[in-house]
Amino acid sequence: MQRHLLSTADLTRDDAVQILDTAEELRSLADRPIKKLPTLRGRTVVNLFFEDSTRTRISFEAAAKRLSADVINFSAKGSSVSKGESLKDTALTLEAMGADAVVIRHGSSGAPHRLATSGWVRSSVVNAGDGTHEHPTQALLDAFTLRRHLGELDGRRVTIVGDVLHSRVARSNALLLSTLGAEVTLVAPPTLLPVGVSSWPVQTSYDLDASLDKCDAVMMLRVQSERMNDAFFPSAREYSRRYGLDDRRFARLPEHAIVMHPGPMNRGMEISADVADHARSVIVEQVTNGVAVRMAVLYLLLSREPA
Amino acid sequence: MPPAQRSSSTQAATTTPATTRVVLDAADITRALTRISHEILERNKGSADLVILGIPTRGVALAHRVAAVIGQVEDSHVPSGSLDITMYRDDLRLRPARTLEPTEIPARGVDGAVVVLVDDVLFSGRTVRAALDALGDVGRPKAVQLAVLVDRGHRQLPIRADFVGKNLPTSLLERVQVSLAEYDGDDAVLISSADGAG
Repeated sequence: MQRHLLSTADLTRDDAVQILDTAEELRSLADRPIKKLPTLRGRTVVNLFFEDSTRTRISFEAAAKRLSADVINFSAKGSSVSKGESLKDTALTLEAMGADAVVIRHGSSGAPHRLATSGWVRSSVVNAGDGTHEHPTQALLDAFTLRRHLGELDGRRVTIVGDVLHSRVARSNALLLSTLGAEVTLVAPPTLLPVGVSSWPVQTSYDLDASLDKCDAVMMLRVQSERMNDAFFPSAREYSRRYGLDDRRFARLPEHAIVMHPGPMNRGMEISADVADHARSVIVEQVTNGVAVRMAVLYLLLSREPA
Repeated sequence: MPPAQRSSSTQAATTTPATTRVVLDAADITRALTRISHEILERNKGSADLVILGIPTRGVALAHRVAAVIGQVEDSHVPSGSLDITMYRDDLRLRPARTLEPTEIPARGVDGAVVVLVDDVLFSGRTVRAALDALGDVGRPKAVQLAVLVDRGHRQLPIRADFVGKNLPTSLLERVQVSLAEYDGDDAVLISSADGAG
């Protein structure tokens, strides 16, 4: 493992498998009376969130606390950032407070990379979502969830549907799942596929119905209306009809296929309420698995020889 | 802590050619485990409430073997499992991150049980310290006892074993290695020493 987790592109297959295997052992902790390990006692993890988030921040906080680390939550709202403090000055403040790991979410793609490579901080940097770039721990927890339901991912077919253009989840998943041997298909309207997607290790399609029959898992992405300052599709209703996972499409999936969504969902838009609540939807389990995966990441980054 | 205890002596062993000798062969190991099993029964007046937990990796196989012997003698089922101590080690910051081993606690849990911890080699005592902490987070046993195949001395903590397969006085330069059929193909306890180190 490297010192930082910035992109799933940096993970070798062995790294990824080590994280998933570690998470597998840590997941059993959730069933124990005492859900805590002393491993990171005396270490400080800072959650540095420049963008709103509920589940990712809570998940990282729970993960760090279950490893006995001290957690400092920092959100841009109500902090000096709203007074105009730069990323650098915020970073220097954290360094002065002795953070061992910084979990950063930022609206600008590349902010975690800047933090990790600028020399401003000595701590490990974990990318918790940067702009439209990457969200590696989400991809890891998706891979973890897939592995629990489907076994090893070699040759498994995963279809990722929706707003790929604005989705850091899609990019991280495309890279990680193909590293793990899965075949990834991205399905989206032409306007919502990023430029340069042809260089990704994936197939692309504009037709959801064509790829349903033989996929082992389908991952629905949220339509990110807050990032849409343009008209990418004519109407929400048309999008839902062509790219939404409704009961009819769900019925065409193979018997063993599972439905995933990184949350938060727009019920009735990209996924129907019935499908979201179906037994083969693993959306709630994804959240549970997120804590175990983030514990594994923090453990592997922080329990190491001093540099 | 098998890796820790081995690393210091391994370095010494690589500087000079090592000689290896067998301390316990397969039959000796079987006899030792059978005796330990009977001692556990004698001490606890039967197998009621017994839970045998091995410390990965080789302690787990030993725990299952001891549980099987006790089960045969008493004609009952004795639950056995494994207890990983990686996250409780005191040297995590000194080494690269380790891969975790499985923890498998029998369905009855450990609350109110007499837990017998089983490991292959007792050396510094730090593994056992970590195991006691790990066990405390799983539940509250009525009592905890310790069984080891080999006690090689050099304790760094006030810990002793209740059941010992063989007391093996060693020098710190020597290396004790336990091979078990489950992992290594055959059963043996080997001791290797650097030449001239005694």
